[in-house]
Amino acid sequence: MSEEIEKLFKDMAQSIIDGDSDISVELAQKSIEMGIPPLDAITKGFVVGVNYIGDQFGAGEAFLPELVMAGEAMKAAVAVLEPELIKLGEAREIMGRVVLATVEGDIHEIGKTLVGTMLSASGFEVTDLGVDQSADKIIGKALEINANLIGLSALLTTTMVRQRELIEELDKENLRPRIQVMVGGAPITRDWATKIKADGTSEDAVGAVALAKQLVGKS
Amino acid sequence: MRPKLTLLSDEIIARILAEAYELLLKPGIKVQNEEARDMLRREGVVIDPETHVAQIPASLVQRALESVPREFYLYDYHGNPAVHYGGDSVHFDPGSSGITMLNPDTLEHDTTETEHLIRLLKVAEQIPQYDAQSTAVICHDVPKEIQDSYRLYLALLYSKKPIVTGAFTNKTVQEMIDMLALFAGSPEAAREKPRAIFDVCPAPPLIWSNFGAGNLIQLARAGIPAEIVSVPLAGAAAPVTMLGTVTQHTAECLAGITIHQLAHPGSPIVWGGAAAIFDMKKGATPMGAIETAMLDCSYAQVAKTLGMPTHTYLGATDSKLVDAQAGLESGISAMVGALSGINMISGSGMLDFLACHSAEKLVIDAEGIAMAKRMIGGVKQHTDTLATGFYDDKINFKGGDFLKQKITMQLFREEQHLPGDVIDRSSTRAWKEAGSLDAFGRAKLRVKELLASYRRPELDSDQTARLHSYMLDLAQKAGVEELPRLED
Repeated sequence: MSEEIEKLFKDMAQSIIDGDSDISVELAQKSIEMGIPPLDAITKGFVVGVNYIGDQFGAGEAFLPELVMAGEAMKAAVAVLEPELIKLGEAREIMGRVVLATVEGDIHEIGKTLVGTMLSASGFEVTDLGVDQSADKIIGKALEINANLIGLSALLTTTMVRQRELIEELDKENLRPRIQVMVGGAPITRDWATKIKADGTSEDAVGAVALAKQLVGKS
Repeated sequence: MRPKLTLLSDEIIARILAEAYELLLKPGIKVQNEEARDMLRREGVVIDPETHVAQIPASLVQRALESVPREFYLYDYHGNPAVHYGGDSVHFDPGSSGITMLNPDTLEHDTTETEHLIRLLKVAEQIPQYDAQSTAVICHDVPKEIQDSYRLYLALLYSKKPIVTGAFTNKTVQEMIDMLALFAGSPEAAREKPRAIFDVCPAPPLIWSNFGAGNLIQLARAGIPAEIVSVPLAGAAAPVTMLGTVTQHTAECLAGITIHQLAHPGSPIVWGGAAAIFDMKKGATPMGAIETAMLDCSYAQVAKTLGMPTHTYLGATDSKLVDAQAGLESGISAMVGALSGINMISGSGMLDFLACHSAEKLVIDAEGIAMAKRMIGGVKQHTDTLATGFYDDKINFKGGDFLKQKITMQLFREEQHLPGDVIDRSSTRAWKEAGSLDAFGRAKLRVKELLASYRRPELDSDQTARLHSYMLDLAQKAGVEELPRLED
């Protein structure tokens, strides 16, 4: 690898660490002009930055704004590179397809959105349905896009029961393990996740990425 | 927009000063040090030959107040100014001279030895909230004659921060001054960039003992900063009223500054104390009482009227454990001290009326200090518009909108104090997974981490050798062949 390319990859990672979308977009464009395979730009450049900031967050060194901005910078860079990938017919390997939603009757979404940002920054294709979504609608969307994961958020002890209802419905329709379910939210414990037979839960967005990778067999 | 706490009106402060001047004449100040009496007599002060009570006139005090420095610095090992005494600067250091230390496993108050002081030095060295070290506990494994100088010796070996210390006798204060000079390279170097400050206590009511006044004189001549720690006990060794106690405190400080400046005009000295109320049920001197903090805030206001640098004893507790009482007394009183703009606030880490130290408490208190410092940081205006500029065209009316703004990333560390792991803000699940620990349990873990990450400062080897041979000589004169073996 030439020194110039090596430096570009380093700068790409740094732009993600700095959470600077302007620079990450600029570097993505530059890599196209230089004829660098877009997949390399993603995996050898930008993803290195996402992983770094994720590790820093896990270690308590980075904080939520840095995590979110890194995710946003990643998204912006990938948006530039994606058309090139399609042109080349070598679409980026998708880690998995995820439908995210906050359960019916619950309008909290900061945590869920964070999970979405981090999942898409890590190579998942994320469809975020938003808040107050019925089980039918969520399952319908998952079937429509052929999702392999549903991420279900609930912030209230009164709405967390909806997570169980959705899982029961999936099981009734025999849709698992084709579609696996991750649950999250402030009141959600590991015990709860086990009790309602969810496929997993995580404490934060970085953990959710690790869990999602594990569930799709790509950890 | 720095918030400030003041408890006294200008009019009351003027009356405190006026009555303090009256106290200096009647009943006068008992001066038990002969050299101090000689100096005062030479200035025409009338002193009763039997009782040694001096009637110190306002004119002499005012001359002292003219020559006393309004500000000065303490320096770190590298000679950088690290503690500013003056104005409304606020610093914290661990409390001094404990005689026991809380054993975090048995919860016993162990008699302190060398290892305990070293542990406290190691922990405080790595906590940024402590701008200075203190000679925190007495090492009972060395002879009495060297217990004060030996603490300073350990602090010099294990720390690069400035040191708040003190001597126990007139003989040892000179030894400690010599030790600082030896370490700095010369008496001039020690004076020019002082590394340490010495607490010196008058005895309430209105007494400057042979030892206290002697210390003031020696420190003034050496140009090493002195810190008056006047300890009026409201209701026992001082009037029951706060204003009465603050007035007595004022008189004791004014008398001390006068003796000090007579010995050497221009030497640095601090208006400080460990005032407390006297507990009428237990006969104790509660350091965590709100009235104690109110006394300190009040006398600091008097000092500031005179332009004097300030010190106090807050951030401590009377509880025997690092428990809820410890947290609330230490946190509230540290906050009062910071809001009062007191230059050096001693007491963190201490339990049991300043008798017992705790490394775990030091770690928790640091979070209280950080909160107090954040408080005096005030509410700042960072942006031209206060809010409207935040609502750009990317606003989706969603909860996380502002997390995605660049300015959030730029400013959140300034707007928010980011606490360490001792403060629990986890979800219940994460807290359970981390062992369901309380603050004390988390502090125990943090202390273990700090002890593991500590590295001895790399000192000049000649300097260390000089220091060691001086200390060994003092020890041998005190009748022991060897000093305790020191760990790394």
